[in-house]
Amino acid sequence: MSERLYAIAIEVNGTKRTGQVTARTSLVDWLREHLNLTGTHVGCEHGICGACSVMLDGAPVRSCLMYAVQADGHRVTTVEGLARPDGQLSVLQDSFCEAHGLQCGYCTPGMLIAAQALLDENPRPSEHEIRDAIGGNLCRCTGYQQIVEAIELAARRMAGEAE
Amino acid sequence: MSTPQTSPYGFRYIGAKRRTKEHPRFVTGRGRYAADIALPGLKHVALVASPHASAKILSICSEAARAVPGVHYVLTGDEFCAATDSLPIGVDAPKVTRWALARERVRYAGEWVAAVVADTRALAEDAAELIEVEYEPLPHVTDAEQAIANTDTLVHPAHGSNVILHRNFVWGPVEAEFANADHRLSFRATWNRNATVPIETFAVAAQWNPATEILDIWASIQMPKYPDQAARALRLPGNAVRVHYDVDVGGSYGVKRGIKHTVLVGYLARRLGMPVRLIEDRLENMRGGDMHGPDRTFDMTAAFDGDGTIRALKIRAIDNVGAYAGRAPFQLGKPVSAICGPYAVKAVAYEPVSVMTNKTPQEAVRGFGQAPTNFALERTMDRVARHLNMDRLAVRQKNLIRKDQFPYTIPSGSTYDSGDYQTVLDKALAAIDYPALVKQRDAARENGRLAGIGISTCLEPSGGNSAFEPLLNPKNETTTWMDSCLVRIDLSGAITGIMGTSSSGQGHETLVSTVIGEVLERDPATIRVIHADSLQALPSNSPVGSRMAIMLGGAAAGAARQIKETLLAIAAHNFECEKEDLDYRDGNVNLKGVPDKMLSWDQLVEIAHRKFHAMPAGVEPGLQAKFVWEVPTGGGLPTPDGRIQIYPCYAFECHIVYVEIDPDTAQPEIKRYVCGHDCGVMINPDIVHGMTYGGIAHGIGAALYEQFTYDDNGQLTSGTFMDYLIPSAHEIPPVKIVDHCTPSPITTFGQKGSGEAGYLGAPAAVANAINDALAPLHVEVNTLPISHLAIWETIEKAKRQ
Repeated sequence: MSERLYAIAIEVNGTKRTGQVTARTSLVDWLREHLNLTGTHVGCEHGICGACSVMLDGAPVRSCLMYAVQADGHRVTTVEGLARPDGQLSVLQDSFCEAHGLQCGYCTPGMLIAAQALLDENPRPSEHEIRDAIGGNLCRCTGYQQIVEAIELAARRMAGEAE
Repeated sequence: MSTPQTSPYGFRYIGAKRRTKEHPRFVTGRGRYAADIALPGLKHVALVASPHASAKILSICSEAARAVPGVHYVLTGDEFCAATDSLPIGVDAPKVTRWALARERVRYAGEWVAAVVADTRALAEDAAELIEVEYEPLPHVTDAEQAIANTDTLVHPAHGSNVILHRNFVWGPVEAEFANADHRLSFRATWNRNATVPIETFAVAAQWNPATEILDIWASIQMPKYPDQAARALRLPGNAVRVHYDVDVGGSYGVKRGIKHTVLVGYLARRLGMPVRLIEDRLENMRGGDMHGPDRTFDMTAAFDGDGTIRALKIRAIDNVGAYAGRAPFQLGKPVSAICGPYAVKAVAYEPVSVMTNKTPQEAVRGFGQAPTNFALERTMDRVARHLNMDRLAVRQKNLIRKDQFPYTIPSGSTYDSGDYQTVLDKALAAIDYPALVKQRDAARENGRLAGIGISTCLEPSGGNSAFEPLLNPKNETTTWMDSCLVRIDLSGAITGIMGTSSSGQGHETLVSTVIGEVLERDPATIRVIHADSLQALPSNSPVGSRMAIMLGGAAAGAARQIKETLLAIAAHNFECEKEDLDYRDGNVNLKGVPDKMLSWDQLVEIAHRKFHAMPAGVEPGLQAKFVWEVPTGGGLPTPDGRIQIYPCYAFECHIVYVEIDPDTAQPEIKRYVCGHDCGVMINPDIVHGMTYGGIAHGIGAALYEQFTYDDNGQLTSGTFMDYLIPSAHEIPPVKIVDHCTPSPITTFGQKGSGEAGYLGAPAAVANAINDALAPLHVEVNTLPISHLAIWETIEKAKRQ
């Protein structure tokens, strides 16, 4: 296996990050091991569980199925980039805390990415649309119920209908 | 969902809606999981696994792998097994040895044969592919009954049999009840292999410090006696292994028992003098991670009267534990503690058989064998109803233990602490509007759909002392599974609770802080909870068996009460009065009826830390207290006929499910789901509900989707999430939980255990619903999972008949 290195430049959570990576380095390994952004988790490494979800130019993708070199020149948002600029929890993050939309926290970063991508596109999703949006993210703790409730709460809060 | 609601039980914090202390770090990506631990100079392990279900290892050639730049070591079983001891085995079968790496012989496809250590995981995997292992395939067996019958194909020839446990228990006048009963029926129920399959695979990192001679371990672990077992296998004294419990565990539900991984990595770290880490990839996790759950066939025989009264049961349970056995055979022991479920059955015969085969080893899974047993019991209730042409609810209601019968002792010797099963069932029936649901089902049937209602009830034994160990192995006299907590108040007056195990999503920091806050009347939000390492920590048996609300909650309360007593003693000394003359409020102490005569929290803390001259005689300065809490029902060895109290508390639940099956595609859809749940006082209702929802999702997976399948060659054919089907938000319906509270009379706040609840009852309820839907076709399915294909084939079979 060639260990030739390729130069990449990716905007990660609003900051331009550069690196030298092998062709086979996955995006998630680069984020976790080179940038120390360990909030993005690895679950199955074959694109099913969604734990490694990040946003690529605003759309959720599996960072385990993507090579870091493929993200060269693109914009990546990880869970570490979801909080408000002052470091306070985002409405969505806070709603997950309020509705107990997580337990062990392992799938949570991917869930937040999927949910944030949904709310960015569709600020008032139906329950069905929420389940559809997180349908590619597996969770073994929650049975999804309080996750759906958390996303509904976030939508209501963003619309000014809930505190 | 508005916060905060007040406690429905009259407590200050317990039972009120409170945010979970752990969440902020998880939603910001600041959890600290085992794979996040970055040690300087860390090396990485890749594994070579057996492609054969059973084979002799003739040779291993690793020279090419060792020559790869960046590769530090290749370890095989010859060296490893000579330098470490076999992992302990629960039952009495000393010849069934088990190491992380096979030596001379492999016993299942996926068993580890060699480990490569390299600078990166990718390099280690490259090198692993260069290792050549020569095998001589041997006959294999994957079916438990064939393994019993076929004594030529032994998984462990030295053991002399594939049966590793076989007992016959008879509790009560079984034969007399059978002779006197109006009716008898027999059937077979099969629970195929599944597991809770956390999204985080198992990960462990280890570092040996030659100066201190301590092996530090960071692992995604949920396992009792883990540091002790690791030390013993590594031939180290217990105080040379330090397990760091401040590692967040990405889900476990029983299965995160990577003891073999830990001994391997611990050995490598010490051998090489380098920090070493192993993170399972998904295939390793599914195939060689040794985390499969029960794989069990039940032969059920019931004796009952014409009015639906169940008089006696005979249960034969054959469990396929796979190629090695750790605690897995004990999963036939927990069901003894609730062998007749919530029903007043007079006599039970129970024949557990644990069989080794060439499948992946079984480990503890949520419920520890209780979910399959309950599936078989609840199928029995439906079978009895059908046999008598009685309503399924009526049969259950006829046999449920009544509220006025508690404490109630079942034939196998366990006393149920409290319950009001009928009321919980009634509440669930009301919540789903049962009469309307029956009409909905019947209308759907008239419209040509297959529609069914499933009902199950279930007990959740919790907080146990692990006495199924002596029950199934007389050489093992385990009768306690204590837990403990240390509470300290520092000079600033801040409170810290210290616990001695890791958490995998159960919110123990929230539990401990809520309990301490309740006792000391201080805001739980200000209380920090930390997970001490195993050398600093207090005795703990990890969060297994739905025990932490009872055991860690009880320990935290005990320690906090000692602190409170100390504060009262200091105040009594300074006011020259008796403790009884004092009022304690919000941490401040004043003389009753004299509000001015008060010592504040800060003043009391100051005295305890600095002013020995103001301390009463015999009271330790420096404000801290440790409390070790014993299982409330204590510990005793089983009687000669196998009667035993293992668990102190019994939570109850009932599930009512409505399913429709598309008659053309056979696709099932769960359209309604209500769960009535009574686990006594809930310390944090959000956490209890969350685990119940999650358990139900697991149960739906076990009922309809999840199975570790093997082909004729003994190969696992569901090693990825493409073929081991984990339900998504599409398959799991909205669930309504209806709470009821029957406090336990023997715990600190009336709490019982929780966490396993949903998984124990959901599979039976869903299976019963599918079978109710198929009833008009006069067919039934008693094998889980009832896959989409199984439903299709059953319908086609019915058509042909």
